[in-house]
Amino acid sequence: MSGKPVTSTQSRAILICSGKGGVGKTTLTANLGVALAKQGARTAVLDADFGLRNLDLLLGLENRIVYTAQEVLSGSCRLEQALVKHKQEPNLSLLPAGNPRMLEWLTPEDMKKITDLLAEQFDYVLIDCPAGIEDGFKNAAAACREALVVTTPEVSAVRDADRVIGLLQTRGIEPIQLVLNRVRPRMMANQEMLSVSDVTDILALPLLGLVLEDEQVIVSTNRGEPLTLNGSRSPAGQAYTNVARRLRGEEVPLADPSKEGQGLRAKLGRLMHTKIF
Amino acid sequence: MTLRDFIDKLLGRQPASAGMARQRLQLVLAHDRSDLNPELLEQMRREILEVVSRYVEIDLEEGDVSLETEDRVTALVANLPIKRARPKPLPPGGDPSMATI
Ligand SMILES: Nc1ncnc2c1ncn2[C@@H]1O[C@H](COP(=O)(O)OP(=O)(O)O)[C@@H](O)[C@H]1O
Ligand SMILES: [Mg+2]
Repeated sequence: MSGKPVTSTQSRAILICSGKGGVGKTTLTANLGVALAKQGARTAVLDADFGLRNLDLLLGLENRIVYTAQEVLSGSCRLEQALVKHKQEPNLSLLPAGNPRMLEWLTPEDMKKITDLLAEQFDYVLIDCPAGIEDGFKNAAAACREALVVTTPEVSAVRDADRVIGLLQTRGIEPIQLVLNRVRPRMMANQEMLSVSDVTDILALPLLGLVLEDEQVIVSTNRGEPLTLNGSRSPAGQAYTNVARRLRGEEVPLADPSKEGQGLRAKLGRLMHTKIF
Repeated sequence: MTLRDFIDKLLGRQPASAGMARQRLQLVLAHDRSDLNPELLEQMRREILEVVSRYVEIDLEEGDVSLETEDRVTALVANLPIKRARPKPLPPGGDPSMATI
């Protein structure tokens, strides 16, 4: 454990990172934020991707931004003025990213300062981390005690995740848990995609959640309404809700998608992959 | 070999790609994690073989020094079949057969 001061014993600041871009960090942050809030936890989501901010859009809050983290840091507004409260889910607030030029002067101490302020009022502070392992990542990581690493079952995403996990571990961030996104059960059953255990064995992290490839993710981003907002029964929506429950300490079993299904296709798939010699 | 692999072979099809992905990842991660590039590893391998063969005669064909990784721990694994021990260790740089490695 690192010696970072705890502002509130209850508050958990969690970094959501991946190394590689486009694997689903922002989607996870938005859905997890909503799900935690719905489950009664006071939750703040902080967009730390100052270069390519998107969290406001996924949450449907883009038109309600007045101030950002930038004004809070420079002291030109109070935190309460910058926080955008979600109308439908008042337990959830967004602290928007400032303009991309923030990247030039922002320090790890700044990020810590903002996170500590949020930790005074919220049970969960989720930080949507930028891709890469440069300053943006380092600033965001400095503010967190625990992390979720998002990856997909693809070689490049897993390799980048491995890099990031190494960096998080040297910083004493604990626990680090894995969310495997864009899983395609059919491809896994056909052994044309790394299996769940391949990825967890290689990265050696506890698996917090499995999210299937799901068209509804795109539909929900079009609307600016995360799947978890209206209790969507879609596979990804349920997966995000389960991630939130597990994060809060509830035991929710994980199913192996490649072994799922009792249908003929699934049985045939298993037969094809039993060792014959 | 699985039934699927067998049928693939019969039909002359490419084997399923997940296995390849796994193997390639394991190799590339062993290197990423140790921060050793292949050139340095090769140099280290040569020097390890050199030292060991001053004490014992090793089977250079079968010998292998490689990085392996499991549970985020990377290990340097040397597998060096010994043909016979040398009655007396050779001085440094004293094995003529090493010139060929
Ligand atoms: N489970 C999923 N199923 C389908 N599409 C997804 C899924 N997760 C993410 N996506 C899509 O992938 C793209 C990248 O997601 P995003 O969350 O912005 O990634 P990141 O923040 O890591 O760059 C988006 O277009 C998003 O809609
Ligand atoms: Mg993003």
